Amino acid sequence: MSEEAADPGRRRFLTLATTAVGAVGTVYAITPFVKSMLPSARAKAAGAPVEVDISMLEPGQLLTVEWRGKPVWILKRTPAMLESLTKHDSLLADPASKVADQQPAYAQNVARSIKPDILVLVGICTHLGCSPDKRLDAGAVSGLGDDWPGGFFCPCHGSKFDLAGRVYKNVPAPTNLPVPPYMFAADTRLVIGEDKKGAA
Amino acid sequence: MLTNLLAWIDERFPLTKVWNEHLAEYYTPKNFNFWYFFGSLAMLVLVIQILSGLFLAMHYKPDTGLAFASVEYIMRDVEWGWLIRYMHSTGSSAFFIVVYLHMFRGLLYGSYRGPRELIWLIGMVIFVALMATAFLGYLLPWGNMSYWGAQVIISLFDAIPFVGPSLAEWLRGDFVVSDATLNRFFALHFFIPVIILPALVFVHIVALHKVGSSNPDGIEIKKKKGPDGKPLDGIPFHPYFTVKDIAGVAVFLMFFSAVLFFAPELGGWFLEPDNFVPANILQTPTEIVPLWYFTPFYSILRAVTTDMMRFGLLPFMAVVGGLAIYSVRDMMMRAVVAGATAAILLGLFMMEAKIWGVIMMGLSIVLFFLLPWLDRSPVKSIRYRGWMYKTALTLFSVSFVILGYLGTKSPEAISLFLMKNVYWVQIFTIVYFAFFLFMPWYTTLDKTKPVPERVTP
Ligand code: FES
Repeated sequence: MSEEAADPGRRRFLTLATTAVGAVGTVYAITPFVKSMLPSARAKAAGAPVEVDISMLEPGQLLTVEWRGKPVWILKRTPAMLESLTKHDSLLADPASKVADQQPAYAQNVARSIKPDILVLVGICTHLGCSPDKRLDAGAVSGLGDDWPGGFFCPCHGSKFDLAGRVYKNVPAPTNLPVPPYMFAADTRLVIGEDKKGAA
Repeated sequence: MLTNLLAWIDERFPLTKVWNEHLAEYYTPKNFNFWYFFGSLAMLVLVIQILSGLFLAMHYKPDTGLAFASVEYIMRDVEWGWLIRYMHSTGSSAFFIVVYLHMFRGLLYGSYRGPRELIWLIGMVIFVALMATAFLGYLLPWGNMSYWGAQVIISLFDAIPFVGPSLAEWLRGDFVVSDATLNRFFALHFFIPVIILPALVFVHIVALHKVGSSNPDGIEIKKKKGPDGKPLDGIPFHPYFTVKDIAGVAVFLMFFSAVLFFAPELGGWFLEPDNFVPANILQTPTEIVPLWYFTPFYSILRAVTTDMMRFGLLPFMAVVGGLAIYSVRDMMMRAVVAGATAAILLGLFMMEAKIWGVIMMGLSIVLFFLLPWLDRSPVKSIRYRGWMYKTALTLFSVSFVILGYLGTKSPEAISLFLMKNVYWVQIFTIVYFAFFLFMPWYTTLDKTKPVPERVTP
């Protein structure tokens, strides 16, 4: 114990400095715990590409496969379906697929696909992640009115998408359904999750 | 002998002191009525949930491949497993019923008003922790509704600008709801209700016993004390209210058992039919509906469409902001309020409906926290308030119930009359927010009655 009076300025400085160092230490100590909750190496590796044989797919038929735990739809569109795509641009929020994140560059076209008839989509609604219903048939059979051109309808909050996965205006979903990276390994062998540029 | 033992303990631990301070000499207003049962009932349900949960955890497996089957195993093969499981599922709904009534009591009698603001704030934190717990627990059976419900709610975080997607990935521990998610939800569904909730309840009661309980007249019994220094309108908590609460517990358990034994699913309200199907990541249930206690907030989330923002929220926020700017006298504050209003209005123009839905849903809970400061009335209890608060509270309660009901229905259907559900939901969303946001004005303007000196029966 020194006889001199305490120096409050010095004491405050030391308290602050100790607190600051302690805070930095705490952040470092928390980091491993916070990081342990990120996707693990196994979860990341599980994102390997999947190969699909589509030789049996008939026009108008839709095949669902699983990629990274998500449903991926492969739809072989009929000529009538393809023709319908150009007719309702005014109803769509992003008819020209301008939002670049929603598809690779090679799918940034009217059909949103590499081969016009084969559509590949991640079947997860861009609103809050439900999997939309397939309402592929046009007209009243879809339950969505006479002028429904065919497409997808999300039952959760009523978002609508056309047969290229483009979103309608004034529905909760903000963007088109995403097209995953994909390529054709052969004429009827599709690889999802990998394209010419490499694995996604 | 026993007195000696007690003395021995008291020298080492303040047993008698705690007993007296919190039970035998904790003076409680003698005019407590029906609405004052729900605090102790909430604690009872917490105990039921912790105990039944403990025994469920002995058989349950948090693994996507085994979880659903392990719940069925509990239901069919574990001795009395069905009882424990139904206790737990009925208990979760009972918890929310009791807590909502407990909160409604606060609105009726102004229990949140000073000096009890902290009790209210801690209580709201308890409510949020309770919602988190219920949400986490709902994933565990790994039914199809569990899976898709979690998928939708975690995707809410995706809507947050910039950090959203990585935050959602961090919460899930994967790119979709998966085994990692189920495993951590199980861990948190243990940690929050068993460690955090009791700690919060403890602090809630410590704060309550510091300032003393409020009462249906909203007057402070500590202001009128007898010559012995005890409040004239207070009676010891023990034995008077312990006995009263036990009577409440008996009645509550009758209702609880009736549901538990005769209608544990309560027609899909307490256990949803879609959750008796295992999770299927390729197939969404036809309608994703959370359990009833979340539906008022879920409705608000769904209410926000582009049109709702343009024609509902924009004019509404403009009116609230205008009123606030007009009422604030201080020039600095006025500039701040004007800036905030402008920012909100601009945000309504610039940002997507998806983000606003999430903001409004968050706000619908945050506003409860602000009640002690929004309410400007000179009186606390509804007994002495004027017609304005009474009307506002009635409208709010109606909107809460209707939002809750319509939250279980498709937005496109017509469940009430005249209009599609989504329009009703939008109207009542505005009513819900009006209750809070106009409160500073209508509670100031309201004509109140004189408050008596002593409590009335
Ligand atoms: S998740 Fe599809 S509309 Fe909300």
